[in-house]
Amino acid sequence: MTIPLDYEVLRVIWWALMGVLLIGFALTDGFDLGVAALLPWVARGDEERRLVINTIAPTWEGNQVWLILGAGAIFAAWPFVYAVSFSGFYLAMFLVLSALILRPVGFKYRSKRTSTRWRSGWDWALFIGGLVPALVFGVAVGNVLMGAPFRFDSDLRLHYEGGLLGLFTPFTLIAGLLSVAMLVLHGAGWLSLKIEKGAVLERAQRFGAVAAVVAILLYATGFAMLAWGNIGYTITSAPHHANPSNPLDTTTAQVAKGWLANYASYPWLWLAPLLGFLGPAIAWAGIARRQDLLVFAGSSLATIGIISSVGASMFPFILPSSIDPTSSLTVWNASSSHMTLWIMLLVTLVLLPVVLIYTSWAFKVMFGRVTLGDVRSNPDFY
Amino acid sequence: MDMAVIELSRLQFALTALYHFLFVPLTLGLSFLLVIMESLYVMTDRPVWRQITRFWGKLFGINFVLGVATGLTMEFQFGTNWAYYSHYVGDIFGAPLAIEGLMAFFLEATFVGLMFFGWDKLSKQAHLFVTFMVALGTNLSALWILIANGWMQHPAGAAFNPATMRMEVTDFTAVIFNPVAQAKFVHTVSAGYVAASVFVLGISALFLLRGQWLPLARRSFTVAAAFGLASSLSVVVLGDESGYALTDNQKMKLAAIEAMWHTEPAPAGFAAFGLPSNKARETAFEIKIPYALGLIATRSVTGEVTGITELVEDAKAKIGSGILAYDAVEHLKLNRADPAARASFEENKGNLGYALLLKRFVADPRRADRATIERAAWTTVPNVPAMFWIFRVMAGLGFFFIAFFGLAFVFATRRQFDRRWFLRAALWVIPLPWVAIEFGWILAEIGRQPWAIDGVLPTFLGASDLTVPQLWTTIAGFTALYGTLAVVEVRLMVEAIRKGPEPVAAPAEATPRDPGGYAPLAAD
Repeated sequence: MTIPLDYEVLRVIWWALMGVLLIGFALTDGFDLGVAALLPWVARGDEERRLVINTIAPTWEGNQVWLILGAGAIFAAWPFVYAVSFSGFYLAMFLVLSALILRPVGFKYRSKRTSTRWRSGWDWALFIGGLVPALVFGVAVGNVLMGAPFRFDSDLRLHYEGGLLGLFTPFTLIAGLLSVAMLVLHGAGWLSLKIEKGAVLERAQRFGAVAAVVAILLYATGFAMLAWGNIGYTITSAPHHANPSNPLDTTTAQVAKGWLANYASYPWLWLAPLLGFLGPAIAWAGIARRQDLLVFAGSSLATIGIISSVGASMFPFILPSSIDPTSSLTVWNASSSHMTLWIMLLVTLVLLPVVLIYTSWAFKVMFGRVTLGDVRSNPDFY
Repeated sequence: MDMAVIELSRLQFALTALYHFLFVPLTLGLSFLLVIMESLYVMTDRPVWRQITRFWGKLFGINFVLGVATGLTMEFQFGTNWAYYSHYVGDIFGAPLAIEGLMAFFLEATFVGLMFFGWDKLSKQAHLFVTFMVALGTNLSALWILIANGWMQHPAGAAFNPATMRMEVTDFTAVIFNPVAQAKFVHTVSAGYVAASVFVLGISALFLLRGQWLPLARRSFTVAAAFGLASSLSVVVLGDESGYALTDNQKMKLAAIEAMWHTEPAPAGFAAFGLPSNKARETAFEIKIPYALGLIATRSVTGEVTGITELVEDAKAKIGSGILAYDAVEHLKLNRADPAARASFEENKGNLGYALLLKRFVADPRRADRATIERAAWTTVPNVPAMFWIFRVMAGLGFFFIAFFGLAFVFATRRQFDRRWFLRAALWVIPLPWVAIEFGWILAEIGRQPWAIDGVLPTFLGASDLTVPQLWTTIAGFTALYGTLAVVEVRLMVEAIRKGPEPVAAPAEATPRDPGGYAPLAAD
């Protein structure tokens, strides 16, 4: 079988698709995480909490699939990245999983009994299920930018020299908190569209306004650390971009301002961080001017901008090694084979549009603001 | 490498997979039972069928969320605990997992929300379509995960690439149309249908015993009896032993299940009883049914079923060839253009995995002596007594379910819903499909040992670079979390069953039966 697209082109496409999946996850399940993190703070009493929960209950499960698919697609297209990041960040992954496991049961089981203790217990479980993944995903991205302490031997067997606590440094904490602020803002953006006007909406928007300001400040701090904090990598020697995937063939080095080099070469890339700053500002303006659609548009733009700026800064790096110059993973040395990338691209081109069509239909069926009246009368509500 | 890390990683995988697989079979089967029940509602327009669909739908929901929650762990666990495995076969194994997400998970997860929240927002037909999509999604997900698992048992369409030090795909259609995967898929989903039918039948029997919700109970009993009979026939007739004659490891699995230490002239006998021992390499107190095994395994009277000792001899030869492949790879690491090494690699690459078996005993397989090779060859024999008995319990239960549903079907067609001894028995039968299903998973997985990928990668090489304390942390964490959730789940199920269905909407049973329409399945 001859493959009509070059290996290096397919690698770039799959790098972009990985970005699309992560952004798809943050855009959709991101607001579910944000809403869950806001739940105990913006909704008082059982009815208000049910109001908030039922804005996401019918659709969150489909949204979460972006994450599962993200993991599956990284496994299929970037097996090195899947192996290194999941096993290297082992206990962090366990934390995320435990928190995420609380969500499906939390949504479903909360409504099965009426006792206050039972329900508020699940409310806190949902809060953890929203906050912890948001935080840890951010910390993980921070660590990807910092580089992780791993190396390969000649069998390409992975050795990881670090633990859970090593993941938490000032820069990675800033990344984690930025992720929380971004998703809390996005959660407030979703609630702006989905719940009736009233006390809960106002509280959510107050949290959203704070989250917007905090997101801008943390994002600026993060960028300042990239500029002055001695963070970044560069490739010093690499084989051809279409060579077989073997990290040992590439040599990389740590270099200050390494993550800003792409912007110097391609100034149009500044569009991504620009969106990252503009998005929260737009959301903030939407809250101030009571334009609900603008809040959600702003929080979505923020999410797209902030995540793409990580990709724009790092390309072609995917996960640099902080301890070994010949182990870093890049777009050119960490992918699946030419054939697998091609077949998976075909599969994605056929199936992803179908997914988007029925997902839009599902959102359309559930369209409209949820009211306290619905909560009282609809027997199918959680 | 640290064997404790390997064993703990295996323990964690087994615990999380077996736990996940408590919920999946019910989801697989109950989703289709819901489709049947809701179709009857749409066709007959009788509110009792709506009540029935919604009642079993509620139980489906309580079960479904735990399947989703624990499925997350499975999707991440290859990377977290089996990093070298993920690197070594990700090029092939990752694809079905990604396709599963795209084709199946999105479908079931998107439509399951509409199934629960769409009752008053969708037309009857549209809601039935949604329910059907959920059933289709869950069953498609079983298809793709079993294509992945089938490839581990029979790794077709792939070859080792020394430039990337991993397996890479050579023929994607061979991966997808893997006969082992096909057999596994039919067998596994049928087992799920049996589990769901036993579940519905058992709870309906409880209602009948207590004289509660009789219209619901009789109809549910009947649907479950029919669906269960068809499924239990399918699960036995289309058992996945049909793939066992295919590859060496599958042959080894068959030989181990039968504790057949030596090849017998065709057609071989089936051991109905025996006490096999891995150490003595023989089976004590064996009782054989002549010819039966040859017929079952090869579907012919002339096909030969190979014995364990002969398969070990084969493995020894393969280890020899594998050592040559290993040596060639070591030379290619230094110089990828080395023509002599390339030629030797091409000749022996199919057996590279067998050389890796030696790594349990020596760091460099090329240094292995005769005795070590002999030892390594015998590690290709799985735990024979365990296989022998686990298979017999599983298969015995399979035949039992056929009889059980056959009887239930007779009672249902004769409308004899008052056979109290049977109703009581039906309650006790509820846990049995889960025993059979979990045994089936154990049989497939220990039967594949010592391989993670048959003939390609031994399990003990696949694990991540983790520490024992890290593993104990996650095993303890998962056990505590899963244990708590299991208790909560069972309690909620029991509460929902006690509470019973919602009352039937207004006209309900008062409506006279429409003689021209679909006849009701049971008299009320």
